[in-house]
Amino acid sequence: MSLSPAEIEAIRHEASHYPEPSAAAIEALKIVQRERGWISDENLADIAALLSMSPAELEGVATFYNLIYRKPVGKKVIHYCDSVSCWMLGAEENRRHLEQRLGIGLGETSADGEYTLLPIVCLGACDRAPVMMIGEETYFQVDPRKLDEILGS
Amino acid sequence: MEKPLTRNIKTDGSAASLEEYRRNGGYEGLRKALTSYAPVEIQQMVRESGLRGRGGAGFPTGIKWSFVPMGKDAPSPKYLVVNGDEMEPGTFKDRLLIEGDPHQLLEGVAISAYAIEARIAYIFLRGEYHVGAKRLRQAIAEAHEHGYLGEHILGSDFSLEVYLHTSAGRYICGEETALLNSLEGKRAIPRAKPPFPQTSGLFGKPTIVNNVETLCNIPHIVRNGAEWFKSLSRSRGDAGTKIYGVSGRVKRPGAWELPIGTTAREIIEEYAGGMQEGYRLKGFLPGGASTDFLLPEHLDLPLDFTSVGTAGSRLGTGTMILLDNRTCPVRMVLNLLRFFAQESCGWCTPCRDGLPWIVTLLNDLVEGKGRPEDLVTLEKMCTFLGPGHTFCALAPGAAAPLQSALKHFRADFERYLKPQIASGGLLHA
Amino acid sequence: MPDIHIDGKRYSVSADDNLLQACLSLGLDLPYFCWHPALGSVGACRQCAVIQYQNSEDDQGRIVMACMTPVAEGMRVSLENPTARAFRAQIIELLMSNHPHDCPVCEEGGECHLQDMTVMTGHTFRRYRGKKRTHRNQYLGPFINHEMNRCIACYRCVRFYRDYCGSRDLEVFAAHNHVYFGRHEDGILESEFSGNLVEVCPTGVFTDKTFSRHYTRKWDLQSAPSVCVHCGLGCNTSPGERYGSLRRIVNRYHGEINGYFLCDRGRFGYGFVNAASRIRQVTTKEGETLDEDSGWRRLQSLLAEAQGVIGIGSPRASLEANFALREAVGARHFHGGIADSEFACLRTVLEILETQPVRIASLREMERADAVLVLGEDVGNTAPRLALALRQAVRNRAFAIADRLQIPRWQDAAVREAAQREKTPLFCLGFAPTRLDDIATCSYRASPEELATFAFAVAHRIDPVAPTAEDLPSQLEGLAEEIATTLAAAKRPLIVSGVGAHSEILLKAAGQIARALSTRRAGRPTEVHFPVPECNSLGLALLEAGSLAAAFEAVELGLADTVIVLENDLYRRAQADLVDRFLERARNVIVIDHTLHETAKRADLVLPAATFAESEGTLVNSEGRAQRFFAVFEPTGGIQASWRWLGAGRWNHIDELTRAVADSVPSLRNIPQAAPGADFRIAEERIPRQPHRYSGRTAMVAHVHIHEPKPKVDEESPLAYSMEGAPLAPPAALLPFVWAPQWNSNQAIFKFQEEVNGPLAGGDPGVRLLEPGGSSGTWFSPPRFGEESRPGLRLVPLHHVFGSEEMSMFSPPIRERAPAPYLALHPEDAARFQLAAGDLVELGAHLRLTVCIVPRLAPGLAGIPVGLPSVSFAEVSSRYWLPKRGSAS
Repeated sequence: MSLSPAEIEAIRHEASHYPEPSAAAIEALKIVQRERGWISDENLADIAALLSMSPAELEGVATFYNLIYRKPVGKKVIHYCDSVSCWMLGAEENRRHLEQRLGIGLGETSADGEYTLLPIVCLGACDRAPVMMIGEETYFQVDPRKLDEILGS
Repeated sequence: MEKPLTRNIKTDGSAASLEEYRRNGGYEGLRKALTSYAPVEIQQMVRESGLRGRGGAGFPTGIKWSFVPMGKDAPSPKYLVVNGDEMEPGTFKDRLLIEGDPHQLLEGVAISAYAIEARIAYIFLRGEYHVGAKRLRQAIAEAHEHGYLGEHILGSDFSLEVYLHTSAGRYICGEETALLNSLEGKRAIPRAKPPFPQTSGLFGKPTIVNNVETLCNIPHIVRNGAEWFKSLSRSRGDAGTKIYGVSGRVKRPGAWELPIGTTAREIIEEYAGGMQEGYRLKGFLPGGASTDFLLPEHLDLPLDFTSVGTAGSRLGTGTMILLDNRTCPVRMVLNLLRFFAQESCGWCTPCRDGLPWIVTLLNDLVEGKGRPEDLVTLEKMCTFLGPGHTFCALAPGAAAPLQSALKHFRADFERYLKPQIASGGLLHA
Repeated sequence: MPDIHIDGKRYSVSADDNLLQACLSLGLDLPYFCWHPALGSVGACRQCAVIQYQNSEDDQGRIVMACMTPVAEGMRVSLENPTARAFRAQIIELLMSNHPHDCPVCEEGGECHLQDMTVMTGHTFRRYRGKKRTHRNQYLGPFINHEMNRCIACYRCVRFYRDYCGSRDLEVFAAHNHVYFGRHEDGILESEFSGNLVEVCPTGVFTDKTFSRHYTRKWDLQSAPSVCVHCGLGCNTSPGERYGSLRRIVNRYHGEINGYFLCDRGRFGYGFVNAASRIRQVTTKEGETLDEDSGWRRLQSLLAEAQGVIGIGSPRASLEANFALREAVGARHFHGGIADSEFACLRTVLEILETQPVRIASLREMERADAVLVLGEDVGNTAPRLALALRQAVRNRAFAIADRLQIPRWQDAAVREAAQREKTPLFCLGFAPTRLDDIATCSYRASPEELATFAFAVAHRIDPVAPTAEDLPSQLEGLAEEIATTLAAAKRPLIVSGVGAHSEILLKAAGQIARALSTRRAGRPTEVHFPVPECNSLGLALLEAGSLAAAFEAVELGLADTVIVLENDLYRRAQADLVDRFLERARNVIVIDHTLHETAKRADLVLPAATFAESEGTLVNSEGRAQRFFAVFEPTGGIQASWRWLGAGRWNHIDELTRAVADSVPSLRNIPQAAPGADFRIAEERIPRQPHRYSGRTAMVAHVHIHEPKPKVDEESPLAYSMEGAPLAPPAALLPFVWAPQWNSNQAIFKFQEEVNGPLAGGDPGVRLLEPGGSSGTWFSPPRFGEESRPGLRLVPLHHVFGSEEMSMFSPPIRERAPAPYLALHPEDAARFQLAAGDLVELGAHLRLTVCIVPRLAPGLAGIPVGLPSVSFAEVSSRYWLPKRGSAS
């Protein structure tokens, strides 16, 4: 069993909200991912067993959703919004800046293991575009200068 | 001008507390509903109010509810599901309501659940709304503590459990039947309709899925009555207020609660402060990424469901995305279509394989590799992806901005067929 | 029967159909992918688009998906409308945008539904200029190849595998145009129905790995209507041959039996036909090989000098072969060649069928049951296709729920959603875990005797007149009551038991319940099914043969000194020491068989027999249905049909012999009706075994002889070893393969059905022999609970879909899936006898088995995997086994 007692407890708690344990699949994946950053094959099998699912069934769910990571990611994931309003207001410039600064492309993790850079769809703050989410924190009206501040220059 | 939905929402971004919410009459609607009305009477009232779904499709809420089997022979349990999966590019109204006044949503949930005799409600919140999730969790706990949720709400026979479900991405979750599959822990593939969720929804049981903004209106309707709600509107056909938003090259992008039927011009020029210096309005998507472009000539159109529909677009979510004269409409459409292609669930062929093809064609076009016949292909693809042709509304929504752009901004597309001009003077070119 | 208008023509269609099904039932060509006749509609591929008009004034209409549109009186639609046609062509163009153009090297080529639909829609020119997405393929085990780049994402594979078969290791992963269909990691597909993916997939993602090794295009295969020989259900197959070797087996639709699907044992178990273990020449014990004539003369001389001849028939040989042996040795000297405990069970089955108010349900009928009791038979392993039918039966409650919500039954996803986990009651009573446990209302595991007592108690609760044992343990009363109430309340209750448990009392208990139900239901016969282990077990039982013990005794007592063993390895039928002695005592042992086995190795004369693929014959399946199989190709060398070795000169042709069987055995009098005789012709023409595109005919034997050989004239059947003959539409029993213009894949089947999912045109093949015989029988007497308890462990047979059946184990891929022999013990029993997993134990003198701990085995039992190589079906005949401390090593 690769899961901690706390994770198991949290997953069971979520599962209790539904008539079928498998309904908690997404929450369960997120619970485990919150602590570990990503879902390993072993985690996947253990979560599946906990929810009376087969590994394949849970994998079908896990790979569908873009916020579940089946590969290791950096300590923080940088999600830069690439949807229309942010795109119009400079998202691409921010992306280029990030790529240069971190030395990585989209989907990659910086050499120091700190950051993974991923695009994300509209973050629902288009009036404060461009928007970016780093870890669970959302940043608004981001520009390269502000990015440097956030990432600590 | 009354602003029932946003009156508690503070400018500093913090949430209205339970105290603040109650000070303004919060949870009075729930008390009134439980003490003075039978569930079907609430349904009737909402029907009379003329409230239409604020998630984009604009289906009359009361009528939607009326399809739920009622009474003791009805299947059990029944569910109310809140669609808080705000993901339509350019849309940022539900975030405001969730983060700014979570109790308003909960009161709406409680009354609506009562109206359809649901004992369990799930709030389906998109995974990226971490602040909203935190505030909702706290609000649910508070509401429980104060008897607004849980067993025997406010001493009545009505009991309701509300659970927060935070999602893990994918735009398609906003489609109500895909949302139900996602809530069941499955891949968010839309379902065929019929059967409608009202008869066979979550876990095969009668279910209502309503948008956050829709539900936030309910307490006010119950408290103030259907007539009052209708009187808020500036349009004859529609009722209530609407949270309108503007993003793009305006001076003050933002969201404002206004009478439904307020014109685009008022919103853009008065509330959003007009275009930024050096930018002119070239067109706008009136209600999110999946609506057809309207032009400056449509600025005086009242933004209500009927008027926008008549003009060839949809009110959608009511949050406008402005196209300015320095942004290339082709590239803007490419951005939109990339989004839709990526967010296709992969279930039906036209969407799964058609959208990537469109992206390929648009990409070729902006890279100077387009061919004249590609524009014909693009036009045909738009018709091909029309309503009813695909399994759900995602692909028709994707076709809307493309089809209208091909119509309104044809020259911009054709310019790319002459590569030497392709990079001439346009932003992002 | 609503009338609808399609392209201006009026048609009567079935009210419950969707429009696609209705169109196909009418024989119209409408392309589709995600719809499958057995899987229903999900509306994913959007290929079956048609135009629907609002009314007679509407001349625009709108695009609808035929598969998702219910038919309605007066509806007007067009398939031919240019908009609809263009839409369908566009869908294909999109599907092809990522599809590799690898048809020349793709094994699906020539029978690819995607190819057919592409041609049908007229998509001929590629406009898409983008890159194609590519995938990594997976290792899926010895049966199936995986080539994901060809996938068009119709979702049929997962719907079949997961939804229809209930297996949980094949899924769809990722989203948008990256969707991937496979396992979560490389590995063997767990389902015993995985082979159907080959036919379910509309293109070449899943292909037959066994076929790959000796691949031939479909159009180059010679086929004949055949019947699976790997269990007693009699699934219909279409084997394909090229250059004298059997290349593959595919499903041949039978509306009452296998429908569209086969199990993997049936599909991949054909290897014995081509194996090195084939007996191809007459051989003697001395190692001498003889030609056909000398062989025949040797046989005659052995028989002439014999002091008494007995014949041992076989449940895997045809009625004709068995009858020919019976005639050769005389009915009194004819023995069944089945393990005695199994033989006794077969007789009990016949007794119940003939004297109790029961009716054998076909597999199709079983799918309609609304309450099912499986008593003691591990159908998942002994009759896999039947287990799959039960899996469909438990969906009847889902359909009832759907009916209430007015969801059409064909709306597959919606029906499943509405029903959630609601299932038709299925009670699974056995010794060990079964493959149906996941859908069972409850499973109760105990010894055969305990199960029987329990079942008698159930019968008594259904009809109090039925005698009962009085000492049912009180903790079982609730369950007995639940089962009795459920069965009694059902409209179509179904009782399944079988001979696999080798327990007569268990069968009688099943019969008792059936009788009780019949009484409760005003004498209406109760639907039952008793799976039998081999392709002609029931046929052999109907031939009234003597027991194997009697055969052994005859030789032991010197009443006979010569034995003819027909298509049988006696070491599978009786304990090795007994067989050794029998074969030693007999002066001359003659074996007629196609495959070399231990018995044949000890024979004085071995005569090479044709397999099912090279001969004709009639088999009786567990439904009591006589079915004819036909030679797919001509036997070579000294090989000939078994009956010819025995009856040459007596019967010239198989039809004469079949007629003789019918005339001699009253219960078999109708078997000639199983299929048209050899003189059947359509407009003077035979039915070709080869497709009209069969290639290389003039050059096939050019390395031997440059002259084009004259096709052999088939004296035994109305089929021709030729591509020439009556085109299309032969009678169902003579349908060698399916093909129709524009439909090169197996999807062509709808052209041969009376309607989609209906019987084959003219009626499904075969003739049912055992219709309800009234209720001349009486109640059976129940044993007392625990009456039989003796020290030691009750030996029970355990079956394996891959391993227990003799012939399929000659196929390396099947062998790869079979377990090693073991002895199963409940953990408590293992502890009691101080045995641990991996210990070797001895059973009798010959058998050494490795202990395997099975927590869900009923306590007090020792499970023996009967039928695995070296484990005879008679190993359980001693009933009780006392592990001695010394027996572990």
